[in-house]
Amino acid sequence: MSENVGIVIVSHSADVARGTALMVEQMVGREVPLGWCGGDPGGGLGTSVEAIMKAIDQAWSEKGVAILVDLGGAETNSEMAIEMLPEDRRSRVVVCNAPVVEGAVMAATEAASGATLEAVRRTAEELTPV
Amino acid sequence: MTIDREARKRLFETVARRVIASADELTDLDRAIGDGDHGANMKRGFEAVLAAVDELSAKNLGESLKGVGTTLVMRVGGASGPLYGTLFMSLGKSLADEPTREQAAEAFAAAIEAVKARGKSDVGQKTMLDVLTPVARVLREGGDDLTARLKATARAAAEKTIPMRAIRGRASFLGDRSIGHMDPGARSSALIVDAVAEFMEGLA
Repeated sequence: MSENVGIVIVSHSADVARGTALMVEQMVGREVPLGWCGGDPGGGLGTSVEAIMKAIDQAWSEKGVAILVDLGGAETNSEMAIEMLPEDRRSRVVVCNAPVVEGAVMAATEAASGATLEAVRRTAEELTPV
Repeated sequence: MTIDREARKRLFETVARRVIASADELTDLDRAIGDGDHGANMKRGFEAVLAAVDELSAKNLGESLKGVGTTLVMRVGGASGPLYGTLFMSLGKSLADEPTREQAAEAFAAAIEAVKARGKSDVGQKTMLDVLTPVARVLREGGDDLTARLKATARAAAEKTIPMRAIRGRASFLGDRSIGHMDPGARSSALIVDAVAEFMEGLA
């Protein structure tokens, strides 16, 4: 179990999500639990609630999980996925209002320092370290 | 009205087949002002509903509707999955097995509020809400020729999204260029209302 906040990357494109995850890993290595997903349930461009729930599970940390999304549908589907989580986890997952690539890198860098979920979110949204 | 297992199955099949048959039209509308996936997404979701229709309609009306909603959330893929999923799940939460028109109208109004919250949207923003809201008003008023008026209201309300400027969703990126096109979500909502009204005519 990691001591750090987890990061989840949700894009309409699996390639964008995977590429962003690689950039995050290059910055913070394996210090931050990371999950990513992209593509709709049929394999095309889009997002999938089921895949987002799996990614949250993969990145799960007792300190919480910050989700970075690209376009509208990714945000709506992420919010839906959070609501479908077990009740004790719901309040510990947030969607950050930040660009997906820059936000993920900033959030992960902050998370790697052991910051709280709220600080991680704030850093992603302001795109400067707290 | 009594909505037994057979009726529930017929309801879900009527709605699903209507959406699936209109997938190309929805995609064309979405290609004009969105990302062109609304038809394919809705088709995938309602094909999943059709595939599980026996299982879904076996439970009482509330649980059946929740099941349809969950299927749409999991299978549609675009933002319309959570939006339509929320609509059906909310209806399932509040509808009794044999709803009166008043109860149905109340449940529908509550479901619209849930969709507004999910999409952080409201009437007048060129979305499905611009169809669902006037339809809810007609349902609440009741009166003669109700199903015909529900259909006509839905169709006219979808048309009324043509001159609107999109404020939510992908179409909002287009700003003024979203004007002049019917909103795909408004159109899919009108199709669903039309199918439900057709189902209600079969009950009477």
